[in-house]
Amino acid sequence: MLDKNGIAKRIAQEIKDGYYVNLGIGIPTLVANFIPDGIQVVLQSENGLLGMGPFPYEGEEDADLINAGKQTITMAPGAAVFDSAMSFGMIRAQKVDLTILGAMEVSEYGDIANWKIPGKLVKGMGGAMDLVASAKNIVVAMQQVNKAGESKLLPRCTLPLTGVRCIRKVVTEMAVFEVDSENGGFRLLERAPGVSVEEIRKATAGRFIASGDIPEMRL
Amino acid sequence: MINKVVNDVQEAIAGITDGMTLMLGGFGLCGIPENCIKEIVRQGISGLTCISNNAGVDDFGIGLMLQKHQVKKMIASYVGENAEFERQLLSGELEVELIPQGTLATRCLAAGYGMPAIFTPAGVGTEVADGKEVRNFGGRDYVMEMAFEADFAIVKAWKGDTAGNLIYRKTARNFNPVMAMAGKMTIAEVEELVVVGELDPDHIHTPGIYVHRIFQGQGYEKRIEQRTIRKREGINLAKAVDYAG
Repeated sequence: MLDKNGIAKRIAQEIKDGYYVNLGIGIPTLVANFIPDGIQVVLQSENGLLGMGPFPYEGEEDADLINAGKQTITMAPGAAVFDSAMSFGMIRAQKVDLTILGAMEVSEYGDIANWKIPGKLVKGMGGAMDLVASAKNIVVAMQQVNKAGESKLLPRCTLPLTGVRCIRKVVTEMAVFEVDSENGGFRLLERAPGVSVEEIRKATAGRFIASGDIPEMRL
Repeated sequence: MINKVVNDVQEAIAGITDGMTLMLGGFGLCGIPENCIKEIVRQGISGLTCISNNAGVDDFGIGLMLQKHQVKKMIASYVGENAEFERQLLSGELEVELIPQGTLATRCLAAGYGMPAIFTPAGVGTEVADGKEVRNFGGRDYVMEMAFEADFAIVKAWKGDTAGNLIYRKTARNFNPVMAMAGKMTIAEVEELVVVGELDPDHIHTPGIYVHRIFQGQGYEKRIEQRTIRKREGINLAKAVDYAG
């Protein structure tokens, strides 16, 4: 089983040289730590920045420079600042190559739910609905099962949806899946080290597809 | 050049009355019009509908207006980090409309560009699209969202000139330019007010035509919501502490 950093490390392998990447809050944020050396990526922050850099050194925090998680950040050389409409304009126009975000549930058709639990306090969707509706390449970072041991990879989402048929790839603590949004199903691509296909099958409530030898992730 | 300068914050917000719809720039606490918010709180103007990406924190930003029960309805994309907000929402005192962040920004943009509506894929197939027109273009569905109408837009800029031209600083820009364009009446508070001619025309983000009143704000607190830093000796640490993500 992978921990959160392991999931982030595996997802970092999806990043290719020259990509513009939007990282969501939570596990996706950790992905930045594992971007392989020698790969040039530009991180987009939807509050209006391309070229997000590391956290500032102590004493160099700037209240006017934050990311979408409202954390103080810096700008990388070549960064560009713009307004919120342009920020979502470039997302809607599919200029961002890769979007990585978290999820509460994903369905076998690639529907995603990650913004609202009825009866509990609702904080809002932020930019998630815009991102999932437009991004051409979305990787979801999530836990395969919830705290009660129930699978979060479902035939249908039970929570209010964030987007419909938009998720193509899911990385969990157990596995990497490709979502078959045409026919419905989670196609197993890779196993986490030491996790068997059978264990993954048991933790997948939606239609499970595994054919041939399933390789272990290389981390 | 037309002089848009008002003497102080009282004069700037004159005409904002109970029950109006206000747009307030900022993302979290970054780039919010601190002076105008404080004055609206001081005057106790109430029954307001506020369009803003967030609702501040308990004791700062729009949170100050919530404390005094001045907000009737909040239109935002994300409203965490505010216990008083939660309390009023759960008790039914406060009406809340949550909309996708890009939709929020683009509904402002549409207003500023003189367009009645936009079509966006955000929210198609979700409860956000309930009751709204959905139209298919080129095989994809888009939901129609209306341009905002706001009585006043209140924005914060870094520099401005007496003609109302504005320049923002870093990510404090966020929603400010699109809201500045969208208000029937737009108020800009700036950290530094200069005379006409001092700003390079090529550097202006918001042309003064969109701004009706401008003044130099005072005592900016510029509170930081999440102070994240890395250690100076970070070179040998894991990159984990190096990236904001």
